[in-house]
Amino acid sequence: MTQAISHWSQASQDRASKILESYPEPRSAIMPLLYVASLEYEYVSLDAMTDVAELTGVTPAQVQSVATFYTMFKREKVGTYLVSVCTSISCYLMGADDVLEAVEEASGAIHGDTSPDGSFSVEHVECIGACGGAPAVQVNYELVEGITPDAGKKLIEWLRDTRPEVVLADEMQQLFGGQRSFDWGSTEPEGAIAPVPAFGPYGSAGTDS
Amino acid sequence: MSEPILTKRMVAHPSDSHTLSRYLDTGGYVGLRKALFDMTRDDVIAEVKASNMRGRGGAGFPTGVKWGFLAPATPRYLVVNCDESEPGTFNDRELTERDPHQLLEGIIISSYALGVQQAFVYIRGEYPKAARRLQRAADEAYEAGYLGTNIQGSDYSLELTIHLGGGAYICGEETALLNSLEGRRGEPRLKPPFPAVEGLYAKPTIVNNVESIANIPWIVENSGAAYAAIGPERSAGMKMVSVSGHVNKPGNYEIELGMTWRDFIFDIAGGIRDGLELKAWIPGGASAPWFVPDVHLDTPFTIDDVASNGSMLGAGAVIVMDENTNVVAAAHRLVYFFADESCGQCTPCREGTTWLADVLKRILDGRGRPEDIDLLLSISESISPGLKWPPMMTTICPLGPSAVSPVTSITRWFRPEIEAMIPGSEVSHG
Repeated sequence: MTQAISHWSQASQDRASKILESYPEPRSAIMPLLYVASLEYEYVSLDAMTDVAELTGVTPAQVQSVATFYTMFKREKVGTYLVSVCTSISCYLMGADDVLEAVEEASGAIHGDTSPDGSFSVEHVECIGACGGAPAVQVNYELVEGITPDAGKKLIEWLRDTRPEVVLADEMQQLFGGQRSFDWGSTEPEGAIAPVPAFGPYGSAGTDS
Repeated sequence: MSEPILTKRMVAHPSDSHTLSRYLDTGGYVGLRKALFDMTRDDVIAEVKASNMRGRGGAGFPTGVKWGFLAPATPRYLVVNCDESEPGTFNDRELTERDPHQLLEGIIISSYALGVQQAFVYIRGEYPKAARRLQRAADEAYEAGYLGTNIQGSDYSLELTIHLGGGAYICGEETALLNSLEGRRGEPRLKPPFPAVEGLYAKPTIVNNVESIANIPWIVENSGAAYAAIGPERSAGMKMVSVSGHVNKPGNYEIELGMTWRDFIFDIAGGIRDGLELKAWIPGGASAPWFVPDVHLDTPFTIDDVASNGSMLGAGAVIVMDENTNVVAAAHRLVYFFADESCGQCTPCREGTTWLADVLKRILDGRGRPEDIDLLLSISESISPGLKWPPMMTTICPLGPSAVSPVTSITRWFRPEIEAMIPGSEVSHG
């Protein structure tokens, strides 16, 4: 692997080279590598973007132009738990604004902000594809459907008390969820280890063991 | 009503419909073997054309015809669009999480037919579970020789890459998706050239929606004619419909099109919750003009009937509003979405969507001005001249004109309600 990321963990370096191999042109790896880099740096820092630029053969400014376009590349450190409350039309119709208010109050963070103790960042987001189970929230992009304001408050308290290392959708759904968009079928073993979408090839997924 | 195609396995085997062993036990990868060993590439394309399936991503363009436009240059690519982000839509999520091998088999057959050696699935970043399920299925498929070199001993080889998005609705637009997959900002490209001629890395590329591709194994196994025989003419096949909002039974339903909206809302979706009255519904996702009970309840639920009534079926998302819905608030929420998601390339969309949201917000806050309804329509006219559907375009992609739909809908059907919220407005009851 290139010298550019010799300061990354060996696992991240290995992932980066696998990701680069899976595209015909290295530039396509920018977004996946930004996710990997944000695990190394805790967020998409300037250094993270410079590393990704070196890996993909573009300028840091070009990487920055990409990173700034997408809402999921966080360019500041966010809380341990990123709580995203959907407030688009179907969730709005089913009471999402009250859920957002309850989550803001319980976490001590308002939309776009992080709680003083660094535990929570809260954001209201556009449609997350959970409209049949509205209103819905995600914690580190793991989903809970059919949530109420009261359940939202309890979800925050539970996260604060138990501080799960792996955020698992099925566990949260069972404890705090309600109506689902559809039958989820069997339990999903993997969840999120960081406020980055949990996906094996990016190194962001973990299991509860 | 015909039997479900796409949801059959997940309903019958809820605990393991996503695994290779269950897929194989229930007739999986039979269509792939048929395609690889008994059919030429052109035979497969002919079956898909014969199916009359119209693309499930929203535009409703026939999939087989789209495939016919693929330019002969190589390399060429198949890109599957799982950036499902239209508010109200969640069917690709279920198809990918619950039956990923069905999607994979569709990808492999389609890639074979199109002469593609490298396929991509672009999954929105907010769907990590769908990505994990599909990646695990792909790992199983590589292991079992359904992906990789010399698939099932044939001379056909295919590599698959699963790519996560970064949270941008616009990447569901196929040329924005291609830019995003190239590692660029998700800004739509001018067409022509169409992706089938110059797509990913300026090479011939087919971009298809998840639901379209997931239907391919059934079509190959059972014939295009069998698929075309399901449902009304020009709305062939089974359709996954997502219904949300104020109904008793929200969810995904795989239905044969052709029933009335009355039957869909009051039978399939269980009617309006809490015994309330139906006020309005959006027949095809946030972008679509609204329908109202006095006019549209007996309109047939087909692609063409919805279009001839001035709206669209889109990706198949029905959003239902009960009598207590504040239509200005609902329209504001929809317009705000488009303002938030505008990529900013085209001035009418970038500026217009924001202005529409701001004016709706001040009406909501009780600070509306008597001229605001005219102002809303005038801004809308600047984004989409003539305020027709399908819209006239002043922009590269349809996002801007989509933001006009909620405005034209509430001013057309609920004008007195808007006027009642504006201080000093003459309330007319026309």
